[in-house]
Amino acid sequence: MTKKKIVPLIFEISSPGRRGYQFPELDVEETPINELLPENYLREKEAELPEVSEVEVVRHFTQLSRLNHGVDVDFYPLGSCTMKYNPRINEDVAALPGFTNIHPYQPENTVQGALRLMYELDRFLAEISGLSKATLQPAAGAHGELTGLMIMRAYHRDNGEDDIRKEILIPDSAHGTNPASAMMVGYEVKEVPSDDRGGVDVEALRKMVGPQTAGLMLTNPNTLGVFDENICEIQEIVHDAGGLLYYDGANANAILGIVRPGDMGFDIVHFNLHKTFSTPHGGGGPGAGPIVVSEQLKQYLPWPVVEESDGRYFFHKPERSIGRVKSFYGNFTVLVRAYAYILSHGSEGLRRVSEIAVLHANYLMENLKKDYFLPFDRKCMHEFVLSGKWQKENGVRTLDIAKRLLDHGVHAPTVYFPLIVDEAIMIEPTETETKETLDQFIEVMKEIALEAKENPDKVTSAPLTTPVRRLDETKAARQPIIRWTKPTE
Amino acid sequence: MSNPKELYYTKDHDWLKIEGNKAVMGITDYAQNELGDIVFVELPAVGDEFAKGDSIAVVESVKAASDIYAPISGVVTAINETLVDSPELANESPFEEGWFIEFEITNEDEVKELLSASEYDELVKGD
Amino acid sequence: MRYIPITEKDEKEMLASIGVNSIEELFSEIPENLKMKKELPLPKALAEAQLKKHLTALSNQNANLDELVSFLGAGAYEHFIPSIVDHLSSRGEFLTAYTPYQAEVSQGVLQSIFEFQTMIAELTGMEAANASMYDGATALAEAALMACNVTRRNTVLIPKSLHPEWQEVVTLYLESQNIEVVVLPYDLDSGSLKLPKGPEEVFKSAACLVVQQPNFFGVIEDAEYYAEQIHQHGGLFVMAVDPITLGLLKSPGECGADIVVGDAQALGNPVSFGGPSVGFFAIKGSKLLRRMPGRIVGITEDADGDRGFVLTLQTREQHIRREKATSNICSNQALMALRTTIYLSVVGKQGLKDVSYQCLQKAAYLRKKLEEIGVRVRFSGPVFREFVAEAQADWIAINEKLLEKGFLGGLPLVMLDPSLKNCVLLAVSETRTKEEIDAFVAVLGGMIK
Repeated sequence: MTKKKIVPLIFEISSPGRRGYQFPELDVEETPINELLPENYLREKEAELPEVSEVEVVRHFTQLSRLNHGVDVDFYPLGSCTMKYNPRINEDVAALPGFTNIHPYQPENTVQGALRLMYELDRFLAEISGLSKATLQPAAGAHGELTGLMIMRAYHRDNGEDDIRKEILIPDSAHGTNPASAMMVGYEVKEVPSDDRGGVDVEALRKMVGPQTAGLMLTNPNTLGVFDENICEIQEIVHDAGGLLYYDGANANAILGIVRPGDMGFDIVHFNLHKTFSTPHGGGGPGAGPIVVSEQLKQYLPWPVVEESDGRYFFHKPERSIGRVKSFYGNFTVLVRAYAYILSHGSEGLRRVSEIAVLHANYLMENLKKDYFLPFDRKCMHEFVLSGKWQKENGVRTLDIAKRLLDHGVHAPTVYFPLIVDEAIMIEPTETETKETLDQFIEVMKEIALEAKENPDKVTSAPLTTPVRRLDETKAARQPIIRWTKPTE
Repeated sequence: MSNPKELYYTKDHDWLKIEGNKAVMGITDYAQNELGDIVFVELPAVGDEFAKGDSIAVVESVKAASDIYAPISGVVTAINETLVDSPELANESPFEEGWFIEFEITNEDEVKELLSASEYDELVKGD
Repeated sequence: MRYIPITEKDEKEMLASIGVNSIEELFSEIPENLKMKKELPLPKALAEAQLKKHLTALSNQNANLDELVSFLGAGAYEHFIPSIVDHLSSRGEFLTAYTPYQAEVSQGVLQSIFEFQTMIAELTGMEAANASMYDGATALAEAALMACNVTRRNTVLIPKSLHPEWQEVVTLYLESQNIEVVVLPYDLDSGSLKLPKGPEEVFKSAACLVVQQPNFFGVIEDAEYYAEQIHQHGGLFVMAVDPITLGLLKSPGECGADIVVGDAQALGNPVSFGGPSVGFFAIKGSKLLRRMPGRIVGITEDADGDRGFVLTLQTREQHIRREKATSNICSNQALMALRTTIYLSVVGKQGLKDVSYQCLQKAAYLRKKLEEIGVRVRFSGPVFREFVAEAQADWIAINEKLLEKGFLGGLPLVMLDPSLKNCVLLAVSETRTKEEIDAFVAVLGGMIK
């Protein structure tokens, strides 16, 4: 990564009359524009787009890229985000013209390869989740949650219970998207407390369920990285009350081939293909958040889903489909990458992914728990949560530790989440790192813990070696400047 | 910063200055300290009616948004427009320039439930 | 298992360090009865070379737009994509980064988003834009929700001439929150939005009026007129625009829009069977800014006083506000937004006008040629790059025959509306040559008698 560097905005290097791309000349006879468009429909103020040459554009974005940390650059233990290596062959196959260059409204007989891929991915996800049928339409995990909850509501509506089942139960350790998604489907959110082992407080849950319960959203392993051992009891309590169980698959990297959400009693599952199945996150998307549902819910899936008959693949509208959650069929070329990833691993490989992800996390946890407070000292799954509370006593906050890590070329873990841990540091190493990388990380974390004791100012003034120093978020929020404006002459 | 003696307080760290059936309300120095740098304050509109316990304003720091609940019932008669443009006033001058709203009290009985300065001092001392 | 670099020695050392004898022990907290007893029934793992062969075969089973001459649009458009868009956007530092939570090591993506926000605001003539949405349809659904939130009204007006898939998405999102959706008809002659008689009643309770520009039939709406109508009754004016037309057409900002959304697939992103594309979202006024869904990047300073970029106004978002957030969106379509930014940079101010102009002219040329063979334009309203053509013909059967000749015909509208049974929606972009258009019309002429 580049040391301190300020790159001008693309607008700031613009020069009137300069051009970067040439279109073929217009080869049809022109119709006078006033015969095509009424004059009052024409644009008056032109858009201030840049006027730059191709080489300037290349340098601009190359320079910008060098200010960025990615998995390709170095270790990225961002908890709950599963920043594993993104195989390059998956980029190659996703860029094949038969995938990138097909129109969503082409006749089905001209896109049999694409439909087969979608159908097979649907089947793979059904096997991995232990459920029945998938929709590949949702564009991200949160979008999958939204879709799943819409299906949940449609199910209760068909049972004549939509007016009573108004509540979604969500543990206090849950991702923020869970309550936000529930709100978007018109549900009230009730927060379920955690017990002292970090799992769902089963007794509290028992008191909270009732005829008003639409369902429970749960991540298992949860955001503390621990597996909820009481899952069988939990699912019984919710199902007995007539509710459904939604599985937030953000942490599915821990369970591939080990345990299936369907077998745990979940009715709806989403997968984040950009986490578990290694499609690159692109600086914030595109992701893909397919959901898989049980046999009784598959009639509600968004349409179209892909079906097969006698080797022919076709789109189909489920009987009681909720409708569409997005135009067309989903983030298709993201699906191609996930499909390729699953084929690269096979069943043995996927199981190995989870085994090693869990091994790596436990290895880090075991070697860091003397230097950082570990609030739930038990075996973890693919990630674990430390607390910076010992360091806080010396005036060093978790945010400072995160920034100091950047000076060592490592991306910071997820911080201040989950909310139930004070000064939380959530670490997810993934299976694709070498032991050498993990050992280096342990060493750096120990060094920072020592610095926090002996030289706290060094930690609180971090980062010192990044492209910019610590940024003032308060200033940005108080007087938001969120676009460039052409200076007036 | 000490808590002015002439004001009323709430457990939620709001203060009220009451004159006749009019009240001016803001958040205490303790509250602004806990919230950190305040970056935005969302205020109700003049004329809005509210009951005790309703959310009437939102205070935002960079990483948190907190609802402000009505300590007593009333009707908004004025809002601090300057605060909307300069939210830092809630940090710098919580009891003076950083006031939130002025309102007409619609249920005088509720005033009795408010805390005095000494009661509030006692409340925040523990922390 | 080529992506898992662990060795036997590593494994032993790590297990010893943890103090367990086997990996199996690490999973001891999972109830035994839940654990899988057999392997997942998945195909055997493929080596890289085998994988490539298999996927190439699947790809080859699809007839792609390089092999066909396409006149399909309807929300997904074929355009030239400058070579550097692929090159730059596939750089690992962009491709393999997560959402820019650690701003100090994410300045590249943050600055590019800031540039994207600026370009979208400029194109739409609005004050501000966010970092992107999943696609145009979901962006529109979120815009309608936001309008209800801001106006505290519970009815949304959408046109029947809105893209049918977008209608479905918007309706599903809104009805999930018990908001009423009223569908307004289109004028059967002009194809433009038709306001009901005595519109006051409908408008009075409406949070917003949505207008697609151009509408699904390609017809350009008199946006300024509709803006005035809804504003008179205190509702917001929401426009869903095709960004390609904005090189020439009056910007939504100039037309009086309060919220503008759209899909930027056409700006540097391949059609990709309909996804991933990228939605955009722009607004006017600081009141709307605080209610906008999605990520927003803003300018600030670092500890040395130098310029830097951060995610800002985050209290709107789910990770802070949870059930009180403006939306549940977190991952968006950042990489497609980056591609759009690179595209608009290299194509530039003049280039976008050129694309816009060429689409307009080539579509006009196709219409003229079609009229020569007796295929008429269905609606009288002005159109841009897409239009509805009509002839006594079974367009589904014609499309099959066209395909044999290497042409991908337009979208038959019979599935949509039985009254449009003789109609087809055709789209033309700068990628179609005169030769291709002439050949298409010639072949079509032989099929329509």
